[in-house]
Amino acid sequence: MADFEAIEFDVVVIGAGGAGLRAAIEAKQRGLRAAIVCKSLLGKAHTVMAEGGAAAAMGNVWSEDNWKVHFRDTIRGGKMLGNWRMAQLHAQESPDRIHELEAWGALFDRTKDGKIHQRDFGGHRYARLAHVGDRTGLELIRTLQQRAVALDTEVFMETKILRLLKNSSGEVSAAVGYQRPTGKIVVFKAKSFVLATGGIGRSWKYSTNSWESTGDGHALALWAGADLIDMECMQFHPTGMVWPLSVRGLLVTEGVRGDGGVLRNSEGKRFMFDYIPQIFAAETADNEDEADRWYDDHINNRRPPELLPRDEVARSINAEVKAGRGTPHGGVYLDIATRRSADFIQRQLPSMYHQFKELAGVDITAEAMEVGPTCHYIMGGIRVDADTAASTVPGLFAAGEVAGGLHGANRLGGNSLSDLLVFGRRAGIGASDYAEGRTSGTDVDSAEIESVIAEAQAPLTRETGENPYDLQRDLQDTMQNLVGIIRTGSELVEALDSINSLKERVKTVAVNRGPSYNPGWNLATDLPSMLSVCTMVTMGAIERKESRGGHTRDDYPKADAELGKINFVQRLNDSGEVLISPESLPEMPDDLKALLEEGAH
Amino acid sequence: MAKVIMRIWRGDADGGEFQDFPTEVSEGEVVLDVVHRIQAEAAPDLACRWNCKAGKCGSCSAEINGLPHLMCMTRMDTIPTEEPVVITPMKTFPIIRDLVTDVSFNYEMARRLPPFAPKDPGPDGTYRMQQVDVDRGQEFRKCIECFMCQNICHVIRDHEENKAHYAGPRLFIRYMELESHPLDTNDRRELLRQEMGLGYCNITKCCTEVCPEHIKITDNAIIPLKERVVDSSYDPVAWLGRKILRRTKKTADEAAAYRRDPQRAKAGK
Repeated sequence: MADFEAIEFDVVVIGAGGAGLRAAIEAKQRGLRAAIVCKSLLGKAHTVMAEGGAAAAMGNVWSEDNWKVHFRDTIRGGKMLGNWRMAQLHAQESPDRIHELEAWGALFDRTKDGKIHQRDFGGHRYARLAHVGDRTGLELIRTLQQRAVALDTEVFMETKILRLLKNSSGEVSAAVGYQRPTGKIVVFKAKSFVLATGGIGRSWKYSTNSWESTGDGHALALWAGADLIDMECMQFHPTGMVWPLSVRGLLVTEGVRGDGGVLRNSEGKRFMFDYIPQIFAAETADNEDEADRWYDDHINNRRPPELLPRDEVARSINAEVKAGRGTPHGGVYLDIATRRSADFIQRQLPSMYHQFKELAGVDITAEAMEVGPTCHYIMGGIRVDADTAASTVPGLFAAGEVAGGLHGANRLGGNSLSDLLVFGRRAGIGASDYAEGRTSGTDVDSAEIESVIAEAQAPLTRETGENPYDLQRDLQDTMQNLVGIIRTGSELVEALDSINSLKERVKTVAVNRGPSYNPGWNLATDLPSMLSVCTMVTMGAIERKESRGGHTRDDYPKADAELGKINFVQRLNDSGEVLISPESLPEMPDDLKALLEEGAH
Repeated sequence: MAKVIMRIWRGDADGGEFQDFPTEVSEGEVVLDVVHRIQAEAAPDLACRWNCKAGKCGSCSAEINGLPHLMCMTRMDTIPTEEPVVITPMKTFPIIRDLVTDVSFNYEMARRLPPFAPKDPGPDGTYRMQQVDVDRGQEFRKCIECFMCQNICHVIRDHEENKAHYAGPRLFIRYMELESHPLDTNDRRELLRQEMGLGYCNITKCCTEVCPEHIKITDNAIIPLKERVVDSSYDPVAWLGRKILRRTKKTADEAAAYRRDPQRAKAGK
């Protein structure tokens, strides 16, 4: 019998980014015993990296804005693949969630009349992003962290969850994991669980994501029997740093373009005018004069093409570089220096200024940045009920990046932070309701616990074997090269073979020393999640034989109207293999359809 | 490519020693890149914290040649490489392993802080604040909690026993942030004086010097806090004013009660 501690709660939230914290706050406010379990220290989750802002149709800058326009922008930006009910709730509830942060101490930038200021971003018709300079994620996570602490929420930091276990009636009842400082095994028992583990970008070589983004929640849900949808829909952010190599992939906020920055190729041309797709032609400026007038007059001018949704901009940059019009380091130029004053840039974009100055030796108030696409976000994820955030497995809820549906095939910038707040809260309510109504116990088979522990500890017991870092590098190369921004059928099949061979190699991983704060071992226990998730992304990419949003197929370059009505659902079969099947999107009610068609002014 | 020896402290609470890793450095690399390469190639078990690798999360604090730095924001070409580059964990906090320390002191101090308690919103249910009124608080909210200011502060760096009654610079800017918050109603000044050790700071500005966010910790937070605490303790006019006028800020006892149980405290129990 392995030595472990079992701790009992009503609700256990896995992940301490925006969604996890917001879910835990909800459960604590209800008076439930709730705990947060997270892989890093509290306050370090990936939310902290979000820069631009949180989208909410408060109408503080443009009174014409309202939830209907936000709903329309979100669905159209997601290339019609989004879940209508999630998009509706998100658009309707975001303003309240932002105001609530103020009541918890957040200090957003202000308009002249003392309201929360809102900035322009790609794909949003009006200036809609509540922000604090370009460090909005930090403000959001700190506010929620301080609120959670004020409510005396228990936080288990630096704790990795390996597996979710169910009781005899099939309800999720326990989470088995270990504490990284000591390596000690810990079992959390609870009446309901919320997965808020964020994204999967660690499996790509050039990525904005940290070491934590290994898709643990996606994998935990899959292994527990849940459905996941549209895992092929990945977002490559158009603007990552490209030089120096050591920071390649690091995020450059869309706020640079929202605040006046433009993209140019090596010939100095604003090339985005050549890439305006039909679906956005009516609302996008086709000449520089109109585009430049738009910043001050949104009503009589159309938006600059640099502010098309991210999938469009990322693909265009990719095409320019491929055509030989890139920068010396293989990106394009992002220029705000010639368009805005140094003072404005330093005030609106302080952390970008800092980041380029210190890491690249570039003064963005005087020279252009070099940028290129970088793996950023997964739109697909755990299939959830829009209203309750319940997954298809009883007792399991999900919110934030780990959940699928809201963003369809492409997420608009700023919709992630508001997603965390709206659905973090809803997951907290859903999980609390479930916990209060649950009648069955939380007993799980101790043999299952033993086998999870044995599997996790196996790399510590092998004398020799594969280095986990070698496997991670090979996986990153595979995903970067074969399942990147532009995909093709034969390469996807090759990727799947490569992932399958890595699955064999991972069985032979060996790490030195014991389990206490051992990054090699930590990575060894992350690899199974990464491989499961990469399998799903690749299988989804093979099945979706069209190009839509963040999923672009060289061999199927156009969107297919029929596939636009389909979610690709993945789940395990009885023998533990991933199955994929097409299912129809939920049918959007006519009154919401009308919003899309009329252009929703 | 420049050759360099990275001399990294390895060990745990029971002790340890330096281990040398000869390596080569490429253009633009930061210290964390080199540490990661050592992990991947030579020492997979080398313990260090990191997350964003962009100076935004404050996880990778360590001492490089004796001074606190974020490893992700310290370019190798700013460090002399003729001699070995010495990397040690933050000194003020207990060692867990290698470069990882137990920073729970900071989280405990954050839990002892009486929380934000806003006044009621306006008639439309939202708040109005002018930019000029939030500027000061926003400076402090840039803090990424790297805890390097706590680490360098000699009050706790050299005197472990002070940790029981000294919040430290990171928390002082948090107190000042709330003190200057246009909506907050809690008064934490007596608590700062009596239990949080504000008086121990003798404004040597070491904290300000190491802050990666360039927050003027001493000038904009600690000194104004000291002035406000003194005013509230010794100024007879202020004292009389508090007795006569309706208080908008809570006393230390009330604030502590609020922290323990906001619902009961609000009801005046």
